[in-house]
Amino acid sequence: MSNFWHWTVIIIVVLHMLAYLWLLFATSKKKVAKNDENTTGHEWDGIVELDSPMPRWWLWLFVGTIIFAGAYLYAYPGLGNYEGSLGWTQHNQFEANYKKVTDARNKSFAAFIDKPIDEMIADKNAMLIGGRIFANNCALCHGSDAQGATGFPNLADDDWNWGGEFEQVLTSVKQGRNGIMPALGPALGEDGVKQVAAYVRSLSSGGQDAALVAEGQGKFAMFCVACHGPDGKGNDLFGAPDLTDDVWLHGSSDIIETAMYEGLNGQMPAHADILDENRVKLVAAYVYSLSQKDK
Amino acid sequence: MINHEKIEKNIGLMGVLVAIVISFAGIIEIVPLMSQASVVEPVEGMKPRNALQLAGQNIYVSEGCYGCHSQQIRPFVDETLRYGHYSLAGESVYDRPFQWGSKRTGPDLARVGGRYSDEWHEIHLIDPRTVVPTSNMPGYPWLAETPIDVEETVASMKVLQGLGHPYTDEEIAAAADMIKDKTELQALVAYLQNLGTAVPRSYQ
Repeated sequence: MSNFWHWTVIIIVVLHMLAYLWLLFATSKKKVAKNDENTTGHEWDGIVELDSPMPRWWLWLFVGTIIFAGAYLYAYPGLGNYEGSLGWTQHNQFEANYKKVTDARNKSFAAFIDKPIDEMIADKNAMLIGGRIFANNCALCHGSDAQGATGFPNLADDDWNWGGEFEQVLTSVKQGRNGIMPALGPALGEDGVKQVAAYVRSLSSGGQDAALVAEGQGKFAMFCVACHGPDGKGNDLFGAPDLTDDVWLHGSSDIIETAMYEGLNGQMPAHADILDENRVKLVAAYVYSLSQKDK
Repeated sequence: MINHEKIEKNIGLMGVLVAIVISFAGIIEIVPLMSQASVVEPVEGMKPRNALQLAGQNIYVSEGCYGCHSQQIRPFVDETLRYGHYSLAGESVYDRPFQWGSKRTGPDLARVGGRYSDEWHEIHLIDPRTVVPTSNMPGYPWLAETPIDVEETVASMKVLQGLGHPYTDEEIAAAADMIKDKTELQALVAYLQNLGTAVPRSYQ
């Protein structure tokens, strides 16, 4: 606030308070004369109103509010740039409250947060808290049961695009993931797309045209192995899915042609800034635990 | 001492005096803020919305998203735990009209940028229940089929430039090309993904 406004605010506020005090006492000085002559001059149906000052208790209540205002403006910021004798700021108050919450949080985490992963996922409280963090932050895409949706991976099974070891899951949560399948339509041509699609389908189910599959296998070796691997089992490093199982991130194998023509993008946002280190760890442990249940 | 009968019996005089008393409060509570840097200057790193994001903001306003979504995280721990760093005044300087709101049928969106993927937003805007089965938000499927109104967006950039938003003439000239083949859905997602990203997300 500029100096001009700083002093304008102070002067107007202080002058007002003094003016109110003066007004209160000036009007209260009138002597109380309880006789019929001393009226306000108002008359309704023969009823007149005595012109008395307001009761003392009321007067002192007003004085009290002015004293309170003075004390408040001395203690707290209010007069221009004056910071108040208590040094109170909204930010400090917020920081103090936030620290209270994080201290309590870390205290309750202490029982399990530094344990090895196998012990952490066996800890009921850790998994309960991890599940809550999941519900608040992950369920919007991956579903409240963690079974995903079209385009959003199922986290409750043991099929992983970016690796299912705890450290890999932790990295996925912390840094996010960007899965990119480039558009191969121009390179493959219409026939090429058909052939490769037949080959890819043959990896997980039978009943494909043998001639198409044979042609497709050759083209797969040229265009697809770099990410999906020579045997089509995918690669954790690029998030390239295993094409030999019957798990389809985008619904079903019907999408194969479109995916080759147009490419595919999958994005998992990074959560290192959204959740602190302990909570990232807990929610990653919770997700990891879902795939460990059947083992 | 003057008799207050004079004021009581003269409504014009009383009106003038009431206006004077009230304007004192305005002068010392509101006017000084207009010269206070933390209120009128953008936070560091904050840029005015590009043409696509601006088109998205116009759609946000015209669809009445503010009816259910606020864009103001108050400085209380329970708010920041859910949404991130509380909102700063300098984050709203390019919002005309501001979208603070006071009604949260849906969640606050002040820091929704980067929280979900573009694909999620698109699916969610077309039919929210595809990804959030319990959602009571209406779907906006027509956004995916409606092209952005290029003329209107460029016009609103010019108006904002006149109001002091630091758009360069080159940016305005390039705006039409940037948005001509885009749908309203893409514009709205671009707007949402930009919300609150100028301030690091913390206090969660």
